[in-house]
Amino acid sequence: METLRVLVVDDETGMRLAVARVLNTYTVKPDESDEHTVGFAIETAESGEAALEMMAASAPDILLLDMKLPGMSGLDVLREIRERRLETLTVMITAYATLETAIEATKRGAHDFLPKPFTPEDLRVAIRRVVRHLLVQREARRLALEKRQVRFQFISVLGHELKAPLAAVEGYLQILKDGSAGSDPAVVARVIDRALVRTEGMRKLIVDLLNMTRIESGQKRRDLAPADLRDAAAAAVETVAAAAAARGIEIHVEAPDRAPLVADRGELDIIFNNLVSNAVKYNRDGGRVAIAIDRAGAAWRVRVADTGIGLSPEDAQRLFHDFVRIRNEQTRLIPGTGLGLSIVKKLAQLYGGDASVESEEGAGSTFTVTLKG
Amino acid sequence: MTSRPTAPHILLVDDDEDFLYQHKVQLEHAGYRVSTASSRADAEALAADMKPDLAILDLMMEQHDDGFVLSHHLKRMLPGLPVILVTAVTAETGLSFSPTSGAERAWVGADALLAKPIRFEQLTREVERLLKAGTRD
Repeated sequence: METLRVLVVDDETGMRLAVARVLNTYTVKPDESDEHTVGFAIETAESGEAALEMMAASAPDILLLDMKLPGMSGLDVLREIRERRLETLTVMITAYATLETAIEATKRGAHDFLPKPFTPEDLRVAIRRVVRHLLVQREARRLALEKRQVRFQFISVLGHELKAPLAAVEGYLQILKDGSAGSDPAVVARVIDRALVRTEGMRKLIVDLLNMTRIESGQKRRDLAPADLRDAAAAAVETVAAAAAARGIEIHVEAPDRAPLVADRGELDIIFNNLVSNAVKYNRDGGRVAIAIDRAGAAWRVRVADTGIGLSPEDAQRLFHDFVRIRNEQTRLIPGTGLGLSIVKKLAQLYGGDASVESEEGAGSTFTVTLKG
Repeated sequence: MTSRPTAPHILLVDDDEDFLYQHKVQLEHAGYRVSTASSRADAEALAADMKPDLAILDLMMEQHDDGFVLSHHLKRMLPGLPVILVTAVTAETGLSFSPTSGAERAWVGADALLAKPIRFEQLTREVERLLKAGTRD
């Protein structure tokens, strides 16, 4: 059981004792569906000054605060709590719940009101409400923190991914500058070539990053229009044709006569380009890529199968996450941003579908994307 | 740049193609003979054949600590071999891996640890220092 600290501030001893008596034995189950119960530890103060002193050491979770106090008023205490940025949820106890005082108290950060006189049940209802709010607030904070951490992690990995090609290009420029490349044209050519390859990799990363940001922010204007998956597949095949031919990789497309879908053609191109270029990149020389488009219930199903290096089940699980690239001797020289499949999955989800992979190490992988419509 | 056949022979090991090529070009220009390997297994096979005068190893290859293990093996195979270990900060954790305890350092046996990004002058200075120290033994 979780115990929340409640501080009762009232100048009437009887009131403090009555509240403590009710809450000491009271427990709340904020969510009927789980076992989590909340009980209360009661502290009391007879003035605003005394309450603030107690709160300076450690703020209670819930503050039951009488509006009318000798010395500092309840409103004064609220102002202090706000100025000191104390984390507590305040329920004002007030005998004269006029609209003006209510507005004023809310402005100063009170969460709820409990008009005097109140019954034990009124108190329990007010407390139950505030507990629910507190737990919702806590969960929202946890999620916000988690989101910030994911973001932070993403940015730090991104920084590294951008720095690595930059360092490589700098290294090559340095070689040209200090003349270490000498007069051998083959060395000079390779230096320039590699610098260009790394620059291109960096450019692709930036393009992927922009695509991803647009998808995630939901602010990208999507040009939804009748399209045909066959066209997107054909365009992707065209793009990799030269690279595939150079390594003797055959590409086959199997699709019905028409595969219509109302879609943003740019998004379809990103999906197909990623899947088809991966199937070539991670294939073996003389291998095969099979693209199959068919219906699966209410969705189109696109499968891209290769005869390449394949994946272990553990790697397959991580593959659709940001910046995940499988690092081994076979993939060492294959360029990639680590964002492609993450983008494919996010796009598929925009179409009410999903992306997945089935793979056998050393034999090949089949990537499946479903798109509803 | 062609180096003299008597020039010191350096074994350079890293799985980063660009790091490998850049340092090969620069070390050759500085007058060394250079052989490269991109994995621990290749490096060990190459070292047995070529008997290098010095080895420069990247810490992270397929496995996080391949450089450590390779250093240990090379030192056992060629006890007088000076070894420079190059370490990098990992993208995943932002932490740098380096042997922390004396026992770890003794096991790894590297003569120098350099953190990436390394400046070339810094590397050649270490190379010269270690080769000189080796010839005095």
